[in-house]
Amino acid sequence: MSSPSEPAGVIHDLGYRPYGGPRLRAGEVAWSFFVTGLRNTFGLGRSGRSKVLPMSMLALIVLPALILVGVLVQARKALDLDSQIVSYSSYPLVTQLLISIFVASQAPALISRDLRFRTITLYLARPMRRSVYVLVRLASLTAATFLLIAAPLVLMYVGGVLADLPLGRETGRFLGGLLGALLLAALLSGLSALVAALTVRRGMAVAAVIVVLLVSYTVVVAIQGISWSTGHDRVGEVAGLFSPYTLVNGVQHFLFDVTSGTRTPPEGTGMGLLYIAVVLLTVLGAIGALVARYRSVQP
Amino acid sequence: MAVIETVGLTKQYPSVTALDRLDVTVGEGVTGLVGANGAGKSTLIKILLGLVPATGGTARVLGHDVATEGPTIRALVGYMPEHDCLPADVSASDLVVHMGQMSGLPYAAARERAADVLRHVGLAEERYRPMGGYSTGMKQRAKLAQALVHDPKLVLLDEPTNGLDPSSRDDMLALVRKVGHEFGIAVLVTSHLLGELERVSDHVVVLDGGRLLQSSATTDFLHATGSLIVEVMGKPDAERLLGQALVEAGLTARPAGGALIEVEVRDETTPDVVRDLTVDLGLGLVRMQERHHRIEDVFREGGAGSVIPV
Repeated sequence: MSSPSEPAGVIHDLGYRPYGGPRLRAGEVAWSFFVTGLRNTFGLGRSGRSKVLPMSMLALIVLPALILVGVLVQARKALDLDSQIVSYSSYPLVTQLLISIFVASQAPALISRDLRFRTITLYLARPMRRSVYVLVRLASLTAATFLLIAAPLVLMYVGGVLADLPLGRETGRFLGGLLGALLLAALLSGLSALVAALTVRRGMAVAAVIVVLLVSYTVVVAIQGISWSTGHDRVGEVAGLFSPYTLVNGVQHFLFDVTSGTRTPPEGTGMGLLYIAVVLLTVLGAIGALVARYRSVQP
Repeated sequence: MAVIETVGLTKQYPSVTALDRLDVTVGEGVTGLVGANGAGKSTLIKILLGLVPATGGTARVLGHDVATEGPTIRALVGYMPEHDCLPADVSASDLVVHMGQMSGLPYAAARERAADVLRHVGLAEERYRPMGGYSTGMKQRAKLAQALVHDPKLVLLDEPTNGLDPSSRDDMLALVRKVGHEFGIAVLVTSHLLGELERVSDHVVVLDGGRLLQSSATTDFLHATGSLIVEVMGKPDAERLLGQALVEAGLTARPAGGALIEVEVRDETTPDVVRDLTVDLGLGLVRMQERHHRIEDVFREGGAGSVIPV
């Protein structure tokens, strides 16, 4: 309250005011950094233009699920449907292009940006450790990618429940789908973050990630098709290890025995365990390589 | 307590010694760190922040050891880098709030302090625009704001006037002085332009080739040396004639280059003696002025004989 003797409407120069309030602990700072990164990945807290791409990818990936749910709810009896039209595990394969574009555009936005503008110096000059910076950035990207992949799955699950599909079976498949989404998000984020961290120029990073993800998927699917039609299934199973999408689909097939989205899913325990091992090694390897990469960043 | 204290601080890169057994003590107020490019200023700042390990010696910042307490120091210190570090698609307001949070301020406090600090550095409505469109002067202000947002006890400003035109330079220097004297935050400011630091610093540390050349209060650099510069004309080797006459009159005089003579001031009558002797010799007195040291002189070698007073 201003005292009555002071005229109203005057801005007083209070001078410099020191801060004596509470300060966040390291964990709280890391959490706030995570949330900011997650928001930035969807363009929130950035310019209007940077919202366009991630938001339209989100809309485009949800749209088919919406239609599928509509069909399922409205025409289940007429079409004699007993399960989801597209399975939870296959949905990311169907929409892989959208997911790849999202990751390819947002990994550089989150990772390359700090290197290109050298904003990294401002972070390094603050209490947070280098390794924490790297891990939190990766966590933000993974969480954002997970949200993108999981959003249509949630929609499909709600639709399935509304359409009176068996609740227990549907919930199990849905949770399996979420685990797959998490693995896929971790794989895609780790790989694209690594590419982005090695490429300071943003356009280059976008192109590099797109090439890595799209080309690997296309080649793998082609090899799987050929090996399936010529009867060399093993070749296709090994090829499946080389694209994040087929890899995670294979893991889901192995763990939950869901209908495979690929021609040559991994058969047998050995191949299944190999798929799981490759997922874990790729994620850990990407994290390790990222931490090593940032160790050489000059403040 | 000293704000910064280094003892025998050494940084040896594979091919070059950036810092060579540096002993420096920095107190409250504004301290200027002067040196040519490559003198070790930026290296010293990075070591003080605990970002680069020293290869020898110790350094303490606000009583904390840089080798072991880096995070504690970085929580208490603000840093304004020399190079560009602002993302183009973020507004100054958003960046400063975010950096406040990264330094441990809760969101509400970070917002309030960011608004305060941006006002102090003089960023008005433009603080809400993306920084990609800022002028160099506005970028430097935004960089300074992010260094102050968490109310540090010490700020390290690396070349804050770099790339600024003369009037923005004056504004920035006034701001640096305000931070040191009105905000009560200790300041270590680097520059390769020595004249700038005369105006804002209480204390000047001069580095050259990683070594300490001089460390003293700014007033010591600027004190009158107690000598007069005299220029005469009228005859060939006029200055030699006058010099001889001055020495015979019991004064200490020496040639100071060209037609100049430097005369030690013995008492207040010395200028009169110089004038009278000049007249007696039939010479013309062109000028007679007190000679002040400038910080530049620290770098000059060869003594007063090669100094041209400004």
